[in-house]
Amino acid sequence: MTTLQARPTDVGLSERDTPEGSLGPRRAVGASLQPTLAELSVPGRHSDQVPHPPADALAGIPADQLRGSALGLPEVSEPQVIRHFTNLSHLNYSVDGGFYPLGSCTMKHNPRVNEWSARLPGFANLHPLAPDALAQGSLTLLWELQAMLSEIAGMHATTLQPAAGAHGELTGILLIRAYHHGRGDTARDEVIVPDSSHGTNPATASMAGFKTVTVRSAPDGGVDLDALRAALGPRTAAVMLTNPSTLGLFERRIVELLDATHTAGALAYMDGANMNAILGRFKPGAAGFDVMHFNLHKTFSTPHGGGGPGAGPVAVNERLAPFLPGPLAVRDADGSCRLEVTGERPTSIGRMRAYQGSVGVLVRAYAYIRTHGGAGLRLVSDDAVLAANYLRQRVGEAYELPFPGPCKHEFVATAKPLREATGVRTLDVAKRLIDHGFHPPTIYFPLLVEECLLIEPTETETLEDLDAFADALLAVHREAHERPDLLHEAPLTTPVRRLDEATAARHPELKWRPVTGAQTPCPQ
Amino acid sequence: MDVPAGLRYSDDHEWLRADGADGTVGITRYAADELGDVVFVELPKVGRSLTRGETFGVIESVKTASDLYAPVAGEVIEVNGALAGAPDLINTDPYAAGWIIRLRLTEPAEAGLLKDADAYRALIGG
Amino acid sequence: MLGALGIESVEALFEDIPASVRATGIDLPPGEPELVLQRRMSGLAARNRVDLASFLGAGVYHHHLPTTVDTILSRGEFASAYTPYQPEISQGTLQTIYEYQSMLAELTGLPVVSASHYDGAAATAEAALMTIRATGRDRVLASRAIHRHYLETTQTYFSDGRHALEELPTLPDGTTDLDALEAALADPHRPVAGVLLGQPNAFGVLEPMARAATLAHAAGALFVAVVEPVSLAVLASPGEIGADIAVGEGQPLGIAPQYGGPYLGILAATQELTRQVPGRLVGRTLDVDGRRAFVMTLRAREQDIRRDRAASNICTNQALCALAATVYLATIGPHGLRDVAASGAANARRLESALAAVGVRRVHSGAYLNEFAVRVPDAAAVHAALLDEGVLAGLPLVRWYPDDPALTDALLVCATEVTTDADIERFASAVATRMTVAA
Repeated sequence: MTTLQARPTDVGLSERDTPEGSLGPRRAVGASLQPTLAELSVPGRHSDQVPHPPADALAGIPADQLRGSALGLPEVSEPQVIRHFTNLSHLNYSVDGGFYPLGSCTMKHNPRVNEWSARLPGFANLHPLAPDALAQGSLTLLWELQAMLSEIAGMHATTLQPAAGAHGELTGILLIRAYHHGRGDTARDEVIVPDSSHGTNPATASMAGFKTVTVRSAPDGGVDLDALRAALGPRTAAVMLTNPSTLGLFERRIVELLDATHTAGALAYMDGANMNAILGRFKPGAAGFDVMHFNLHKTFSTPHGGGGPGAGPVAVNERLAPFLPGPLAVRDADGSCRLEVTGERPTSIGRMRAYQGSVGVLVRAYAYIRTHGGAGLRLVSDDAVLAANYLRQRVGEAYELPFPGPCKHEFVATAKPLREATGVRTLDVAKRLIDHGFHPPTIYFPLLVEECLLIEPTETETLEDLDAFADALLAVHREAHERPDLLHEAPLTTPVRRLDEATAARHPELKWRPVTGAQTPCPQ
Repeated sequence: MDVPAGLRYSDDHEWLRADGADGTVGITRYAADELGDVVFVELPKVGRSLTRGETFGVIESVKTASDLYAPVAGEVIEVNGALAGAPDLINTDPYAAGWIIRLRLTEPAEAGLLKDADAYRALIGG
Repeated sequence: MLGALGIESVEALFEDIPASVRATGIDLPPGEPELVLQRRMSGLAARNRVDLASFLGAGVYHHHLPTTVDTILSRGEFASAYTPYQPEISQGTLQTIYEYQSMLAELTGLPVVSASHYDGAAATAEAALMTIRATGRDRVLASRAIHRHYLETTQTYFSDGRHALEELPTLPDGTTDLDALEAALADPHRPVAGVLLGQPNAFGVLEPMARAATLAHAAGALFVAVVEPVSLAVLASPGEIGADIAVGEGQPLGIAPQYGGPYLGILAATQELTRQVPGRLVGRTLDVDGRRAFVMTLRAREQDIRRDRAASNICTNQALCALAATVYLATIGPHGLRDVAASGAANARRLESALAAVGVRRVHSGAYLNEFAVRVPDAAAVHAALLDEGVLAGLPLVRWYPDDPALTDALLVCATEVTTDADIERFASAVATRMTVAA
């Protein structure tokens, strides 16, 4: 157990390796490592949660259907539970704790009134199969949210069902196939994606049975229009485009690109992961996209949760609306709302999941949209883009910016010259930023820029925070020249340091050994 | 850079050690270093026929996955089972214990289409 | 900032959007301050009715929620972090996922547990695809008595026509027809990749899982158990019955119903299938100083690296819901979980007796745990009328099986540890009154 208690200062590093500021050393996160629940477990420890059932509760179950093996779950008290998870939380970096410029993830503040709303008992305790008459509040919210997202997208209709961005992509691609097949056009088996796309785009296409065709980017970071035209043809079902791109650039040839796509008989899918840049400035449907998905956990401020839950609603134009998965929320003439019934829209592609959506996430996004209103949402994007351009200029004082500005909500910088001059890689820069108290940006993505950093500040940071981060990034650049070894060793101030990921992958240890204390399922 | 003489090299960084009608295939030290710590190698079934340039497996490191291409045509007659338990052999001993497959060559003369050590060294700039 | 950038207006930053497609704003009402918004949200929530005595389950169950769960979930250090790409400052999230994997492995009896899927339906669809990848076959057999939405979702995932999903019939006792399974497996020209059964199934009935698994394996197919996690405290685990994969809805483990989600898709598998498991996995390792630490592992299987050759497009997705399940299981403990499962069973038997006393009997004869179907004349009308009596009388099964005459008048009802004797009494007397009126 002694290794678990080791602190960063025990590893032979001196305080002078820790970056200092006027407030003293700043730590990204700080706490001791924790034992596992299994290690904390002592037989008999518990908290009383529910009454004991009668002794014959399971008398009706055939013996061969009953569990025969031990149930080795941990036995701990309530104070231990709270302390265990509280201490674990201290090992996390979070938006609540500091600046989190993770490009392409839109790590903005999560307003607390959204959390308060979702926890109202009327929303939290409603069963998903409750009859419509019992669910008028949630149904009204869903119906309004469908309309709001359609307006923001410039589209005709929206499904709230998809549970995540990647799930929305799959929904969108299945809609596109249903559309082509509905017209008897069954030869289209290819989906075109630019080389700057999110990995989910090609993975989605192949999951849905399409062949992926990759087209290269032009030197300015946009899609190479000639390469796209060459790739388009009678086998093209769709072009999937992230706009603004993963380079943080608006696709300047968007009109020509959409025109070429539609001329070839293909449909245009917009990955809306980066909508935080263009709310009220660009409506994908109005511009000619046929389908798009939103990431509510990015643009609409629902918490990222350490990796979910998110939500990925899909908005479509009139051509694709008949195929949307069911059930949608609909409003009847008497003003009451309801879910579509089975078979109501026979052209639907079917169901993407159980029930009508991650409604708890949808409530939060609805509250966010109501908070800002139409004009306020546009201001969100204005501020996000302004912050990104300001930070871009400051970062550009030391790092190379491979593409001309203005950027949208995020930008790419590269440490390639730094690597050539000092041997320090982007990974080292990122790890050293942690010692300066910041979460690193996204690194090594997009793949087409070597040694890249993808930096997204969002609109909820102050000018002081932007400057503090820029100062840290510039300080790391200086350190790379003065003490490159320090950067190879970084981070130095964290509860754990760089990990042996190779052994983890070669010999996966994915669970602890069962607790020995709880060998018998329960005293009879 | 470690580029043994006597082997033939593809532009995709596979090496071939021809031995009469048979040949052994692996990846070069340069490729292994670029990949970093190899954690898994997806191997083909014995008996599979490969055309020249065909994908026959995937090699995974901690953060990347790369295809393996047949440098010449042939039938797979043996795969290196040791890689299942010790994929790091690719990193530690890429030209010997870290071999990947053995082929019965369809057209032994194809080996002549591959680069020799000097030409490969020029390719990788070292 | 405008000054630093040398521009007069933020408009200058949007000139890269071609004028012909530049939008002029969003046509939505003005924003609302927090006080006004709270009134609006309270008003909407109040229009939902959650005060009825509910016997509705069908895949989502009302359970006691330990107060520890929301206490921990409300912590911004968990809620406002993201995917643990930087393990040095993400050990909190990483260790909780590892503990989630460990506890679910113990519950399911299968060692490899993914860090989470969207919900039970999506996990079922992913498991069906796993059997296809692992066997190189393309035909999947699934009992018709698996949650209707799970089957419909799997059908949508299969809609490109490369794979076939066939439904297996059920017997009058409510279990899956294993003779039909055996016959379907015997077709030498159409080998089967996977066989899927629910436990308990969509009628609440317990299936002959071990025998079905044996039949599947004899034909070279994989066996997938679609399970309810609380029940695993008392029922034979998927590992015990010989399943290769277990999937299920994790909502009963400390997650509120929320009218549909976010929930937690559970997916567990045998060691041999590790590399076929879609989604993220967290493993234990050491840091450079020899300290124990946790990290996302086997990453090269995933979409951001393999792109079009990834097993699935899934990213991280339900980490906070997995945290809820982890805190729930830590709080409730092994004995508490068994109490929850057994209390549901005991209350369900009381419910069965109370309904039988007023002439309402089960549809199926097979054994059940805490959910079963009853036959009520004119079930849809009775169900609607009971809402006015403050009773939510389960799910009219005609919604899921519109073409099955045996289920036209069936209501699927459940009990859990939160069901009270008063609830049961209210339900039974309301049904009795209604049936007397009808007679």
